[in-house]
Amino acid sequence: MGDLSEFSFKYRLYLKAYRWRRIDPVPWTPLKKPLPDCRLVLISSAAIVTADQDPFDNFIRIGDTGIREIPWDVDIATLRETHRSKAFDHTGIRRDPNLAFPVDRLREMAEAGFIGSLNHRYLSIMGSVTDPAQLIKTTIPPVVSKLVDDRVDIALLIPV
Amino acid sequence: MSLVAAELERRGISTVVIQLLRLVTEKVRPPRALAVPFRHGYPLDSPNDPAKQRAVLEAALSLLADKSLQPPAIVDYEVR
Repeated sequence: MGDLSEFSFKYRLYLKAYRWRRIDPVPWTPLKKPLPDCRLVLISSAAIVTADQDPFDNFIRIGDTGIREIPWDVDIATLRETHRSKAFDHTGIRRDPNLAFPVDRLREMAEAGFIGSLNHRYLSIMGSVTDPAQLIKTTIPPVVSKLVDDRVDIALLIPV
Repeated sequence: MSLVAAELERRGISTVVIQLLRLVTEKVRPPRALAVPFRHGYPLDSPNDPAKQRAVLEAALSLLADKSLQPPAIVDYEVR
């Protein structure tokens, strides 16, 4: 897998025709210290929400460009995946949200010293936003400012 | 996710993105990406398999410490 062959003909056509934005120039922040000294934030586009948060909206035409903050120490059993896409199999992540929102794995890795610490807030967005301009220009900048204030060193971004 | 990664890098946070479609990754060009051979819905390989999930995560995070990489860096994940 990892290519277009997993999708239906309709989605293959869409993905081939979609005008993907090209990042140019590509920004680059070298790691400033060893991983075991770094603070990590997890960002997932699997539309994960906690038990007391609203699901992502499945009726907005361009996709829900909102964001949810999820605490690093959340109980994995309380998380719900609310992604609207019908293009992929949701059963794995609904059985084990760690598959795209690995809170348990990251806690284990921090305890083992592979990474230094975990930021108190993780972030959840929904992929499949057909016009990402609103997400990038409106939703993301203030959240990045929070992460800078949190003294986050590294970000791990996981799609679904 | 690649566009979000770029915003973070511009603000001084190092990023690594796990990517499911190499074709798209090559077009969009995130700063650092681990291209995995898994189908959509399964970015960390398998549900309820901590060892496999941890292996993908370690491979992704290790890219951050690899001083030989230059942007845009796309590295293929080798399934253990």
